[in-house]
Amino acid sequence: MTLNVLIPAALGYVVFLFVIASLAERQAERLRQIGRRPRLLRSPLVYTLSLSVYCTAWTFYGAVGYAVRSGLEFITIYLGPTLVFVGWWWLLRKLVRIGKAQRVTSIADLISARYGKSNLVGVIVTLLAVVATTPYIALQLQSIALSFGAFAADEVLAPRQLAMWVAAGLAVFTILFGTRNLDANEQHHGVVTAIAVEAVVKLVALLAVGVWVVWGLADGPADIMARVAANDRPDWAIQPGRWMGLIFLAGVAILTLPRMFQVMVVENADETHLATASWAFPLYLMAMSLFVLPIAVAGMDNMPAGSNPDLYVLTLPHSLGQNGLAMLAFLGGFSAATSMVIIASIALATMVSNHIVVPLWLARRPHAAGGMRVAGDMRGLVLNARRLSIGVILGLGYVYFAISGGSRALAAIGLISFAGMAQVLPALVGALYWRGASRLGAAAGLIVGALAWLYALFLPSFGPGVVMGADLMTYGPFGIGWLRPHALFGVEGLDPLLHALFWSLALNTLVFIAVSLVSFPTPVERVQSALFVNVFDPGRDDDWRGARGWSREPAEDEAEDLLAMSQRLLGEAEAQGFFAAEAGAQGKTGFLPDPTPDFLDRLERELAGSVGAATAHAMIAQIVGGRLVTVDDLMAVASETAQIMEHSAQLEAKSEELARTARQLREANEMLQKLSVQKDSFLSQISHELRTPMTSIRAFSEILMDDEVTGEETIRYARIIHDESIRLTRLLDDLLDLSVLENGQVNLDIQEGGLNELIDRAIMASASVLPERQFTIRRQPLDEAITLKTDIGRLTQVFINVLSNARKYCDATDPEMRIGVRKRGDRVTVDFIDNGSGIPKKSQALIFEKFARLTDTHQAGGAGLGLAICREIMLNLGGDITYLPGQGGAAFRVSFPARLAARPRAA
Amino acid sequence: MGHDGTGPDLAPGIDGRDGTGVGAGHGATGHGRGLHVLVIEDEPNISEAIRFILRRDGWAVTVLDSGERAMATIQQARPDLVILDVMLPGVSGFDVLRAIRADGVVRDLPVIMLTAKGQAAARDLARDSGASLFMAKPFANAELLAAVRQLAGV
Repeated sequence: MTLNVLIPAALGYVVFLFVIASLAERQAERLRQIGRRPRLLRSPLVYTLSLSVYCTAWTFYGAVGYAVRSGLEFITIYLGPTLVFVGWWWLLRKLVRIGKAQRVTSIADLISARYGKSNLVGVIVTLLAVVATTPYIALQLQSIALSFGAFAADEVLAPRQLAMWVAAGLAVFTILFGTRNLDANEQHHGVVTAIAVEAVVKLVALLAVGVWVVWGLADGPADIMARVAANDRPDWAIQPGRWMGLIFLAGVAILTLPRMFQVMVVENADETHLATASWAFPLYLMAMSLFVLPIAVAGMDNMPAGSNPDLYVLTLPHSLGQNGLAMLAFLGGFSAATSMVIIASIALATMVSNHIVVPLWLARRPHAAGGMRVAGDMRGLVLNARRLSIGVILGLGYVYFAISGGSRALAAIGLISFAGMAQVLPALVGALYWRGASRLGAAAGLIVGALAWLYALFLPSFGPGVVMGADLMTYGPFGIGWLRPHALFGVEGLDPLLHALFWSLALNTLVFIAVSLVSFPTPVERVQSALFVNVFDPGRDDDWRGARGWSREPAEDEAEDLLAMSQRLLGEAEAQGFFAAEAGAQGKTGFLPDPTPDFLDRLERELAGSVGAATAHAMIAQIVGGRLVTVDDLMAVASETAQIMEHSAQLEAKSEELARTARQLREANEMLQKLSVQKDSFLSQISHELRTPMTSIRAFSEILMDDEVTGEETIRYARIIHDESIRLTRLLDDLLDLSVLENGQVNLDIQEGGLNELIDRAIMASASVLPERQFTIRRQPLDEAITLKTDIGRLTQVFINVLSNARKYCDATDPEMRIGVRKRGDRVTVDFIDNGSGIPKKSQALIFEKFARLTDTHQAGGAGLGLAICREIMLNLGGDITYLPGQGGAAFRVSFPARLAARPRAA
Repeated sequence: MGHDGTGPDLAPGIDGRDGTGVGAGHGATGHGRGLHVLVIEDEPNISEAIRFILRRDGWAVTVLDSGERAMATIQQARPDLVILDVMLPGVSGFDVLRAIRADGVVRDLPVIMLTAKGQAAARDLARDSGASLFMAKPFANAELLAAVRQLAGV
């Protein structure tokens, strides 16, 4: 077999993954649109298979090499996770529950959220993850390059170039499917489905090779067992200390590796899937390890001495002429490598963008609360940060591979990586189980552990003379014997891996506990620690129900800024939906809920799903700055809670109900008062609107009745009388129109028509208002391709009115109108957003009332009935027109059914 | 329209300092005898009608279309009488009236208030604020002329 076959096969396989991923994405999107969850895509089976991202090329190729070198020791790498899944199921469940409750996006996010939403801790974990994962990615690139080389031994090969192309291809795939959109839950249906398919491919490939070895090369299991016994060597003896250490390390790895956290917690769709995975995943691991030893033994018997045991899976069938099987094995190894790289780079890119890039961007624009209102989508920034991070991470992996030369045994790099990520363990366990664990403790422990790992394991792993000189390794820095990297504090004779693992974790834990005990946690930390540690304890949780991260001081007008900011992160439709639902839950109408601590808390969690807890917290704090919870708040909550506990739960529910009713009443009362003032002035308004044109008419007709006017004046004054009579007639028409619409007696003229043409017509008609103003109009013609069946004429009237108002009142020097169209189910919404200064909050509720006019009479040129008529028309068309706050200008949303049913409004 | 309209029989105006419009009557031929009336009214058609009526009667007429510069104009041009609309954009007619009555120099200036609302409350408010006379729109031209003549003492 030559590269001419291999490269097309690998490319074909990648195309196959593309198809799987995009089909899954499309299916998920289709289901989402009809409001269903993707059940098959998110089944326990797919979840379990996606966990197999644990089995990388290291497992696929390296386990056999490991078995050749050290006998059964390779099995420790599978025993660790098996023990965790079977025995520590409760810990995983807590992790997943907290991950869901806090909308966690990565392991760095979880740790930073628990420790007071501190970005410092997030940055430390992120850096550690990048340093520890880069060699691992390099390992995958190396294994792919090696497997190509194994096939084409006689051809001129450039493994570095090959690895570069592989890295670039994987970067493209990951960027395409990993950063498609900023999912509020940070879930990637396409990627997870592709990973599940890859899990099947690699399992089938390894099993196929194993079956061939046992029943093809040998004469069945008994024969293989005999061969294993014959091959026994002293290296294969079990070393209990190393076994314990490796089992522990692998068990920790399954909890802390960024890619495992990504598939296990972040991509988890349902907590109950964990129950299936707790037995199915160990089974998968068992199947993966079943034939490792037979393949190793067969390789030792059949392959020439000196051939690389890490590639037996591939070279054994290849050298014995089983080309089809060898191709399958090649694809299996390829899929194991690609799945790891894809998930690891998504996980790392999420961390890097959420904890490093976005905070830096925010810091560059201090106190951007005002800037938040500037229109523009921050999702683009976050996504681009991720794309860039993926490129950088894969680039780092490639550079590491190119520099290290890819010569060392696969297993060693994997274990070094594991030990690096294991440094997160103390902070993670403390986060879940110890209320006293503090931010400073976690940061100090992480830093000390990471340094110890770097010094004792990572840097020496490059080999003597590369980073650390041979002298330093043998005699310690400056000749200080007890600082030798492989014999810290004089502990000699240990295996270097165990030695480094022991000291780094011991120092890490010690410093973590000691600093936590002496430092004083901030109020936010206290709140978060309660939410994390007591996540399963509803009774205790009740104590802290009031203990939100935000204090209760009243705040004015923050809601609008918050909405503007949220729109940029969540997208307009999502953010508006969330705000409207929250306002509804508070018994209010419209888009702006009261910024209560509860609301801020939920909003923060919603945002955290996209950018991580620390960034979400910082962004909200920019707007409602100074309302961070204080110790006094917590004390107040505690004493309040004690009182509340005395009342029955029923009473509590009632008081909540009462509060809501009170809020509704207050709002209704305010509205009534405003209405009554308006009703009072209604007659006087009508009087004014009628008398003003009447005055001109009367005065000029009296003038004309005298003889003293010239012919020229006669014509001029007659025209004034004529104009004013038309004004009077128009006013009466409007009043009648309004009264007919209000009584629902209007006859709708229902026709078919395109929304596109309708908007064209409205823009044309409204251009006659202040024709000298140049208005830039921005539209999305593709979205407008909707066929309507409604009263086209009436709808056009509404659009004309809104557009004319913008022409009259938009005070920007370069006025601009953005018309956005969206269709959800049968409902069409059309947003008209200009770039003027908008309508102040106190007037927003009034503008749809009759005669509500915010400027003076003559400038308006109408009686102030326009929007009132618009609203009545929309109600008659089964829709509504509302003011949309927080858009950076005046914004009106017209929503209506695309196909109007016979009579939506009872007459 | 007509903010700065000038008739064919234009005589030198009172002054052009405010630039909003200066009209002059028939010299001293009518009842107005060139006396100066300041009209503050935002509806251009109504102010044009008032100017025409007054000018024909021999008054010099200045028109302002908002209340903002009312006091400055009064202090500079020292009109003999003010016709003031209640519903003005920005500063309301009542604000202007109160400012006039509070001013040391022009506090005794005769002021006719015009309103299109015609309610008793507005009438009372006008009287309390110190209006010399209160007229509801629409008015008869002769009625307005009579009121101006009476208040200006001609």
